Amino acid sequence: MTDATPVTPPAGPPPTASPAPVAEAAAAAAPVAEPVASYIPGSAATNGANGAAAARSTVTLTGGPPPGAATLRSVDLCAWFGERLVLEDVNLLMPAGQVTALIGPSGCGKSTFIRMLNRMHELVPSASLAGEVLLDGADIYGAGVRAQEIRMRIGMVFQKPNPFPAMTIRENVLAGLKLARIKCSDKDTLVEQSLSRAGLWREVRDRLDSPGGALSGGQQQRLCIARSLAVHPNVLLMDEPCSALDPTSTARIEETIGELRDDVTIVIVTHNMQQAHRVSDLCAFFLAAENQPGRVVEFGPTEKIFTEPDDPRTLQYVQGRFG
Amino acid sequence: MALCAVSALALAWLVFTRLTQGTGWLGFLLSVFVVFLVLLYTVTADRLGRLAATDRVMTVLVVTGAVILLVPLVLLNVYIFQKGLKALRLGFFLEDQRGITPVMSSSAGGGAHAVVGTIQQVALALFFSLPLGLGAAIFLNESRSRWRRPVRVFVDAMSGLPSVLAGLFVFAVLILPYASTIKILSFNGLMASLALALIMLPTITRTVEVVLRLVPDGLREAGLALGSTRVRTTWSVVLPTARTGITTAVVLGVARAVGETAPLLFTAFGYDLMNANPTDGAQESLPLFVYRNIRKPDAAAVERGFAGALVLMLIVIGLFALARFIGRDRSKARTRKAARRPARVTEPASEDRA
Repeated sequence: MTDATPVTPPAGPPPTASPAPVAEAAAAAAPVAEPVASYIPGSAATNGANGAAAARSTVTLTGGPPPGAATLRSVDLCAWFGERLVLEDVNLLMPAGQVTALIGPSGCGKSTFIRMLNRMHELVPSASLAGEVLLDGADIYGAGVRAQEIRMRIGMVFQKPNPFPAMTIRENVLAGLKLARIKCSDKDTLVEQSLSRAGLWREVRDRLDSPGGALSGGQQQRLCIARSLAVHPNVLLMDEPCSALDPTSTARIEETIGELRDDVTIVIVTHNMQQAHRVSDLCAFFLAAENQPGRVVEFGPTEKIFTEPDDPRTLQYVQGRFG
Repeated sequence: MALCAVSALALAWLVFTRLTQGTGWLGFLLSVFVVFLVLLYTVTADRLGRLAATDRVMTVLVVTGAVILLVPLVLLNVYIFQKGLKALRLGFFLEDQRGITPVMSSSAGGGAHAVVGTIQQVALALFFSLPLGLGAAIFLNESRSRWRRPVRVFVDAMSGLPSVLAGLFVFAVLILPYASTIKILSFNGLMASLALALIMLPTITRTVEVVLRLVPDGLREAGLALGSTRVRTTWSVVLPTARTGITTAVVLGVARAVGETAPLLFTAFGYDLMNANPTDGAQESLPLFVYRNIRKPDAAAVERGFAGALVLMLIVIGLFALARFIGRDRSKARTRKAARRPARVTEPASEDRA
């Protein structure tokens, strides 16, 4: 009932598991012309989406994810906590290089869904699931697929900013490399690139060796985004990344999302309807009736969902009449 | 408030000694205190209202409790200082008891052999118990094994183990059957350190476990979400985050073991001369030095014992200060929330030592 609208997935790069040297991960990304978030040494235009094109320093990651954004697709996905079915038959297509927003009232399974997309769901002891999640066509729950490999390719930003307190800003950005054993040819450039892509470089470039916990909430969240981006993931999941932040920080992060969209597929859960409207290309509306599992009520281009949705409940929700 | 106290004193004196002919200073103090509270409450209630009065009375009660708790502690310390300083000379750290006869003064000879023994035994004990304790704590907090509960119960039970049993255990299992055949399993510092390790193990395990539990789950999730395994997350994220707390745990464990006498009685055995080899022959340590000297009939030996006690106490105080220092220093640069965490861990643990 859901995935009728979006087009078939653009043929992304095949999911190679072999550690291939990944150069120009960002540029190789998408059919879109303009590469985003490069760093130009000595230039002020580091954070802008337009400060692009030139003088990109090449960073080679060995053992990291394959380059480019990837398409994510869920097929008949159901989730249980213990005996309770919390999510039923979710079929969504999240195309490469686009931003998909998941909206809906609390307790409708959005977060559960997004956690299933990078196998964080299975960390909850009583949790179980059925169905498939296809990353560029390959099931991430397939036999012999390692959760670590998947989580490396599908990064996640959490609701609460969680930089590692024992590490400096620099170490935080590089934490993913250390944790996932990815080798990097030029760490300084990678730190710079990742922080620039997350829109934090200019604020912290003079204090890369101060602890990550010393930043403000919004900065911490962007640091977490930079940390996720440093491993060059194919998909970035964001679970209400702005819910603990003030409007200015929120605006900054939305800007960041806008700049990232060509490099990486983004799936974002949000309670903020305006935010979903502003940042996303596609939008899925989740709803759970009382004592019923959550379902996707409607899925389609954001414009359509917010202006002329097919389902009356969607219209009511996006207009703020309930939820 | 001062006026309240004075009038309470006067009134209590009047009632207690004149009217009821009570005796005993304890009863007198108690009645002065009660009268003082009543007066304080009435006066404050009259002037500032009942809420303020209750607040003030409670404040006084809590402060009194703290003072009463401190009194024996301070008295004990002062007592040991007084007694111990007499025999404590620089020579104490340089000489052993070679050639000491009961007629010599207490400042002759020293406890260098005991200090060396203590350092060696505790260091060895730490060497044995730290990896085990850390491992057990990680197992309890980071794994999902079904065996966590039994292990936790076991650790708790072990922390209640009378320390003399640790010594007896080593004595009965290792020394008694093998001493005559295997040299390393006779009375020596190594056996003592095994017994001490048994004492330290639960302390370290429990303290580290508490510290690990304080590491937010969000950090573990963040680590896993970056494509890390559980083991690597624990090693690279959880342990560094808990670093200060773990250091504190180690210091607390050492402080626990350094003052133990009972486990050493059947293991290190005690010895009057310098023995710097923990694997061969009986060895002295500070608690044993105190124990053995204070039981001697001559006054000089008793004084030497007190000097040993003073040194031991200073070491323990120093260790606790060190634990506090570590717990505070590192976190200064961090956010305040992070800074609170290690400090909070220190407190309950040190209380249960006291």
